[in-house]
Amino acid sequence: MAPTDQRTDDREAAFYAIVDSDGRIEPRDDMPEAYRRSLVRQIAQHAHSEIIGMQPEGNWISRAPSLRRKAILLAKVQDEAGHGLYLYAAAETLGVSRDELLELLHTRKQKYSSIFNYPTLTWADVGAIGWLVDGAAITNQVPLTRCSYGPYARAMVRICKEESFHQRQGFESLLTLTRGTPAQKAMAQDALDRWWYPSLAMFGPPDTGEQVSGGHTEQSMRWGIKRFSNDELRQRFVDMTVPQSEVLGLTVPDPDLRWNDERGHYDFTQPDYDELFRVIKGDGPCNEQRLRHRVAAQEDGAWVREAAAAYASKRKQAAA
Amino acid sequence: MSEWPLWEVFIRARRGLSHQHVGSLHAPDAAMAVRNARDVYTRRGEGVSIWVVPSGQITASSPDEKDAFFDPAADKVYRHPTFYEVPAEAKHL
Repeated sequence: MAPTDQRTDDREAAFYAIVDSDGRIEPRDDMPEAYRRSLVRQIAQHAHSEIIGMQPEGNWISRAPSLRRKAILLAKVQDEAGHGLYLYAAAETLGVSRDELLELLHTRKQKYSSIFNYPTLTWADVGAIGWLVDGAAITNQVPLTRCSYGPYARAMVRICKEESFHQRQGFESLLTLTRGTPAQKAMAQDALDRWWYPSLAMFGPPDTGEQVSGGHTEQSMRWGIKRFSNDELRQRFVDMTVPQSEVLGLTVPDPDLRWNDERGHYDFTQPDYDELFRVIKGDGPCNEQRLRHRVAAQEDGAWVREAAAAYASKRKQAAA
Repeated sequence: MSEWPLWEVFIRARRGLSHQHVGSLHAPDAAMAVRNARDVYTRRGEGVSIWVVPSGQITASSPDEKDAFFDPAADKVYRHPTFYEVPAEAKHL
């Protein structure tokens, strides 16, 4: 064996020794190129989801029904911006630049969560997003606080702490509606009807049984990035959420939903994965609008960034 | 596009504790870096003091030499108090 191969083997062995003993890989450690690329893709997609996710809720800031709800919503949308920032910073430790990642988002070469391509038609949708979408995100993200890449895991710890405020405020908002007038309760039910299946689809396509080797799951598990399959996490979310819907007095739009004593889980209808893939490919109700808005925000903010940079360089010259 | 420089952010959670690294951000200058750090990392009372340091100014030990660099401490067990056996009746040692 050539000396270089030997060295590569030793480096790989060192990498897997850390991963297999549940240790953390840090930015300057040796890592397989495929691991690095896979992390960049996943963290960037996650960061993009956070900042695109500001739009459906931002839509309601100016129309929140009370000052209390408006202040809460502002804080939540600001959190999403912060989450995006933690994640972009984590991705940058892998040797990519922020500008590069935004460019990949704007040119549709990197994706964001398909859920944000659905519109927020009523005020109840804001509550439903907090309860269901953030609830699904938490289910996905809690295991990521123990993922093998240190900066990503640390970002997820901060994010998960803040997400629990998001989920609770959403639940409380829906609870207020379901205890209100019949029209308000109907609005809450309508929001659940529209957000239930897209929320289930957030966990991605099935990846157990025959589909086990289809997507990224198997490799991500080997690398300690992913700890549970999409199907396990989806089941966990359903088991957690159905009893909450009973507290709200709302009906999950699934006639086949029932507790399975033998499995110790709810049986439920799978979301329409063809729809998921269509929305991911760009054919959702709001894909165009979300990206157009993002690019416009970036372009409209250019003068602020330029002015701040000019001011900083002027001060530097004055000090020199 | 030219990006703003990268800053590392350190936060003192409360008086009596040292500053700890919490993450990084981009900002055009130090004053803006402190302001951005406040908005990004202390939205819920996580700190009473912020340091920002240009990332490029940090010199780090090399992970490649990790073993050789830290090995000298490994065989000096006599640096730890538990290395020494003393009679039980000798108190406060």
